[in-house]
Amino acid sequence: MKQFKAKVISNKKIAKDHYILSFKAAGLRKKVKPGQFFNVKVNNSYKPLLRKPFGAHKITRKGIEILYKVVGEATEILSTKKKGDVLDVLGPLGNGFDFKSTAHSSAKTGTGSPQPVVATLVAGGHGVAPLAALGKELSDAGHKLSVFIGARSKKEVVCEKDFRKIGAKVFVATEDGSKGYKGLVTNLLKNKLRHTTYDIRDTIYACGPNPMLKEVAKLAKRYKIPCQVSLEEYIACGTGTCLGCAVKTRSGYRLVCKDGPVFDAKEIIWR
Amino acid sequence: MEMKKGHMTHDTRTRDNAALEVSIGKLRLKNPVILASGTAGFGKEIKDLIDINKLGAIVTKTITLNKREGNPPPRIVETPSGLLNSIGLDNDGLKDFCFKKVPHLERLKIPVIVSIAGDSTEEFLKLTRELSKIKCVKALEINLSCPNVIHKGTKCRFLAQDKIAVRKIIKKIRKTTSLTLIAKLSPNVTDIGAIAKEAQKAGSDAISLINTYPGMLVDTDTMKPKLGNITGGLSGPAIKPLALKCVWDVYNTVKIPVIGMGGIMDWRDAIEFILSGASAVQVGTANFINPRAPLEIIKGIKEYLGKRKIKSIKSLVGKLRT
Ligand SMILES: Cc1cc2nc3c(=O)[nH]c(=O)nc-3n(C[C@H](O)[C@H](O)[C@H](O)COP(=O)(O)OP(=O)(O)OC[C@H]3O[C@@H](n4cnc5c(N)ncnc54)[C@H](O)[C@@H]3O)c2cc1C
Ligand SMILES: Cc1cc2nc3c(=O)[nH]c(=O)nc-3n(C[C@H](O)[C@H](O)[C@H](O)COP(=O)(O)O)c2cc1C
Ligand code: FES
Repeated sequence: MKQFKAKVISNKKIAKDHYILSFKAAGLRKKVKPGQFFNVKVNNSYKPLLRKPFGAHKITRKGIEILYKVVGEATEILSTKKKGDVLDVLGPLGNGFDFKSTAHSSAKTGTGSPQPVVATLVAGGHGVAPLAALGKELSDAGHKLSVFIGARSKKEVVCEKDFRKIGAKVFVATEDGSKGYKGLVTNLLKNKLRHTTYDIRDTIYACGPNPMLKEVAKLAKRYKIPCQVSLEEYIACGTGTCLGCAVKTRSGYRLVCKDGPVFDAKEIIWR
Repeated sequence: MEMKKGHMTHDTRTRDNAALEVSIGKLRLKNPVILASGTAGFGKEIKDLIDINKLGAIVTKTITLNKREGNPPPRIVETPSGLLNSIGLDNDGLKDFCFKKVPHLERLKIPVIVSIAGDSTEEFLKLTRELSKIKCVKALEINLSCPNVIHKGTKCRFLAQDKIAVRKIIKKIRKTTSLTLIAKLSPNVTDIGAIAKEAQKAGSDAISLINTYPGMLVDTDTMKPKLGNITGGLSGPAIKPLALKCVWDVYNTVKIPVIGMGGIMDWRDAIEFILSGASAVQVGTANFINPRAPLEIIKGIKEYLGKRKIKSIKSLVGKLRT
């Protein structure tokens, strides 16, 4: 974890209210894990006062990409950033997805070497951001991917092509039915789990709004699938210092910014 | 030549450094910038982000005798120029402090001030007794003002609202330890000077203020409070003018040093507090936004003194031109 000034390489609109911003971060490539995040000060004023957290979307040699949705003041300001602008960044923060041990534990050969698994990624809204980085790592390691993307409408479905490019099966659900399945992505997932013997049962990784994650966790439990969820809470310090981002788990309060944001779904006591 | 140059830099450096030195009780601080309780953990959490040894001192997160799990989430929300929190003194208790936190704190070269709170006088005294045995602990900050816990010894919401309770507790703690004592006050009182005076009378070596202002926020979509605990405490730039007024009031009623805080983000803010009567300052919320803020504040104060040819920060305390 370090604090650094990061030059913006590019900042592009990719869909309705969705942007990808790329910033320089020399030497970080090997140090950033999918699921980890950066706490970003979007300007030099007290408006907004705090840094804002964004997951690593793409980790390249040049730098880090974040994918964000404009939802309020800070993300609005972020969307106006141009090439050459400088951001104050703190990171990488948090634990990241534990994809190595999951692959191991689902290997049924007993040889101890990681076997290819079929990983199911479930994304809701901007939750797709860190899952793209994870998908890339998993696919590079030879695992198969099934990706469920949930969005409000067709205009807000992002990253579908990226996932297809790395050979993933992609299922889309929109709340208004303008693309793919009409309804919640968790209902689509439920249908797939119920109606097929389709091998999406090795392991689930999910990121999105809390009610969605709660539902995914329930399904994972019912079908006995190991499941990791990346949670969101309000973040101040991002470093485990203020104790502000607590979530209730079976082992007491844990911190989203330090013990998470990725947790074993079984551990979470949902609100 | 070589030697002379070396000699000169050494000389100016010591002079510079002496300019920033301050005393609080038995503590000698090399500069007046202190990390505020609850915003720097126990030092370990921020060690990669700031060289703690360059600061005046560190106040730990408040500890209690037994582990406290803290308040239900959400615990923090942002508000214009402010941060509203209801952490609720989430801490692992005295034993964990001794075994897990002290080994790191011991390695620091600056005074360690431990913040303590209790829900009874006996708990305060037990903490005082045990902490007085630990070598690296140089002072205690008595947290009389956390808006998130209730104390048995008073009918008031905070200890710091009850003059008699403040007097009793500080007096008993004073009898129990020779460590430097700092009473941390709440701004949520009718006459903060009167409370500070009681703390002074009871034997406190210094007063630190302010803790957060009680506050709350409401989500109009869900019609629920934004904090899990309904209410919390406000910190950050939003409370700076209110904090300055409190510091000014207390400075004008007590003789012991005042440690000022509340919304200090940069060196100008720090100077405002010093001019209003603070002998030292604590930096809180700013640490979350810019972990290097305390170092930048020290640098700014040094330059301010240099530019105005002021020999010692001490001569600036309370020198508001009214
Ligand atoms: C670990 C982590 C990683 C994140 N990664 C991404 C990412 O990759 N891409 C992305 O677009 N967003 C991400 N977010 C969310 C992002 O940080 C917020 O959307 C952003 O801070 C909103 O700031 P704002 O000022 O624009 O909006 P605000 O005005 O602060 O908020 C707009 C709305 O979003 C809600 N909200 C804001 N922050 C949070 C939060 N932390 N938890 C729950 N609700 C919240 C508010 O209640 C409000 O309704 C992440 C959050 C966390 C905790
Ligand atoms: C997240 C958070 C946690 C805090 N925890 C404590 C605490 O444990 N004990 C205490 O005395 N003050 C605590 N405080 C109060 C600060 O020490 C300080 O008095 C207050 O925040 C005002 O200063 P600031 O505006 O610079 O933050 C906390 C403040 C914040 C924001
Ligand atoms: S945001 Fe401060 S502890 Fe997590």
